[in-house]
Amino acid sequence: MDNLDLSVIIDNLPFLWQGLQISLSLTALAVVGGIALGTFLALMRLSGFGPLSWVAAGYVNLIRSVPLILVIFWFYFMVPLALGRPIGSFYSALIAFVMFEAAYYSEIIRAGIQSVRKGQVHAGKAIGLSYWQIQRYVVLPQAFRNMIPILVTQAIVLFQDTSLVFVVSLRDFMTASSIVARTEGRLAEMYLFAALVYFTICFAGSIFVRRLQRAKTA
Amino acid sequence: MISIENVSKWYGDFQVLANCTSKVDKGEVVVVCGPSGSGKSTLIKCVNGLEPVQRGTITVEGTEVTAKRTNLTKLRSRIGMVFQHFELYPHMSVRENLCLGQQKVLGRSRDEANAKAEALIDRVDMLAHIEKFPGQLSGGQQQRVAISRALAMDPIAMLFDEPTSALDPEMINEVLDVMVELAQDGMTMMVVTHEMGFARKVADRVVFMDAGAIVEDRETEAFFGNPESDRAKEFLSKILNH
Amino acid sequence: MNYNWNWGVLFEEQYLDWLISGVGWTFAVALSAWVIALIVGIMIGVGRTLPTKPIAHICAAYVELFRNVPLLVQLFLWYFVMPEVVSDDLGRWMKRDMPNPEFVTAVIGLGLYTASRVAEQVRAGINAVGGGLVSAAYAGGLSTAQTYRFVLLPIAFRLIVPPLTSEFLTIFKNSSLALTIGLLELTAQSQQIAEYTFQGFEAYTAATVIYVVIALGATLISHILEKHTRIPGYVGKG
Repeated sequence: MDNLDLSVIIDNLPFLWQGLQISLSLTALAVVGGIALGTFLALMRLSGFGPLSWVAAGYVNLIRSVPLILVIFWFYFMVPLALGRPIGSFYSALIAFVMFEAAYYSEIIRAGIQSVRKGQVHAGKAIGLSYWQIQRYVVLPQAFRNMIPILVTQAIVLFQDTSLVFVVSLRDFMTASSIVARTEGRLAEMYLFAALVYFTICFAGSIFVRRLQRAKTA
Repeated sequence: MISIENVSKWYGDFQVLANCTSKVDKGEVVVVCGPSGSGKSTLIKCVNGLEPVQRGTITVEGTEVTAKRTNLTKLRSRIGMVFQHFELYPHMSVRENLCLGQQKVLGRSRDEANAKAEALIDRVDMLAHIEKFPGQLSGGQQQRVAISRALAMDPIAMLFDEPTSALDPEMINEVLDVMVELAQDGMTMMVVTHEMGFARKVADRVVFMDAGAIVEDRETEAFFGNPESDRAKEFLSKILNH
Repeated sequence: MNYNWNWGVLFEEQYLDWLISGVGWTFAVALSAWVIALIVGIMIGVGRTLPTKPIAHICAAYVELFRNVPLLVQLFLWYFVMPEVVSDDLGRWMKRDMPNPEFVTAVIGLGLYTASRVAEQVRAGINAVGGGLVSAAYAGGLSTAQTYRFVLLPIAFRLIVPPLTSEFLTIFKNSSLALTIGLLELTAQSQQIAEYTFQGFEAYTAATVIYVVIALGATLISHILEKHTRIPGYVGKG
């Protein structure tokens, strides 16, 4: 421990930066996809039409019962099989993350929709809007405004979760750090550096969330 | 018994108590009233040290509440307090609410505590409900239990912080009756309340507060008969004339 | 889609043994880590609510630190880096002689990580009890310790049964990360069966079903606990 060699980090910065870019783009795309699919699932669940809401509820509860790693394994196995050809580990991972995070986002969004007062829906009905119009123009805009801090918090969790693509050797920041750690034989430096980078990004994110919350209550 | 001298208190820049001085003698009943935000609830919470003060001294039976080295826990066990929202322990039955302090603070045996609890609960006509939980009682019933809980500690004085203002109108009297009886038994009491009928009936003195300051501190008859300040006159006319 | 179904593979002795052993390790890691998570989490969570500022700050720092670093990185730090930073003798012992190093590391890493999440629930539960009740307890002569022991904690724990169940479930799911340091728990075993037999569908289905059963069990326990601890007439913060 007395001889931490920081040059190993500096020498490999370009490689690590590539990894971080993969982590960040995976996070960004999975947040967008997860929120889109999650909103869809939440609306299905609240639609009041039995089969639709059962399917959505079943999916959400199933995904929330299993570990993310297992879901990643599932999609690595399933996606090429279903498509009949390999599509590369980034897209397999992305699909796994979208499908996984959608279940968590849908629960957040469902709670957000339910937090909009019933009177708002009645008011929409009273002027003759359809169910989907009420959701689109009245409920969802209010719900999303209330949910922004939680959605961002979930994005931070997702960013941490992307480190799990390590199990399928997609070269995200974690995997890149680990490759450097092994090839250079510098485990302590690289894993401490990885921890520091993740901490800095996530801590900054959580401060941002706190500011959002304060802005909301003020 | 209770003496308050030149007490001032701030929340940040905002002064909530301004140079307050008053006292409550042994066996005396003092009613504190005033418009909302006048600092009366804050003042009474300073008496048992629930709220710290920045300036001035408060002493109870020779113990200086405002001194740093004072054992507040010990002092509080000798002063009963009743709150606006009852604050009974929701996870304990009425009996347990009355026994907790007796056993854990005063070190009484379970039998001793139980006997005391039953006697006090009987006095407020709640013996049939002694095994119930607070959530199963009406507001008036809860407040009567809360008074009994405070009395179970054999306090030398009782503090009441707006004990009837969270109650439905039809339940106010059942609580006031208990308080009147207590006053007539000679308990030393400091009561923050808007119930002027109660004040007239049992209070020895009335303290009127406005904007953190004590504006009047006079014998009950004098206060109601001939208030000196315009603010007290205005307050009384608002609260009595309807 | 071209796939040869063979559910029978799951019942071949070797693979069935793997699955059973995987379930065993999953339970062992999750339950042991849960004990650490509860003990440390309760201490940190209570600490954050204490009037003593230095303690509250240290506990807040713990939560921020453990929540903002991915669990995977934490496991690697415990497993690969910890032996390097402790004294030489202890480091050598950890690398060579410590029994079951993967298991011990997984339990400590997962336990301390989950503790930060439990701490947040405990803190939220205590804050939800409300200041009025605390004032009443102090006014009744209870000390700070007695106020926590008899009033705050009993109520707070009843309030946080549902979120704690969800954390309990999460610790089972997160125990799968132990496979990254070489512990063959349930997910790892299903992956191994998939690789050996090329029957990925069957292998992953088996693991999925077992995790779902665990989740249902945890939910059931939660409902029983909630029913058992419900306070008559109490609806939370008034």
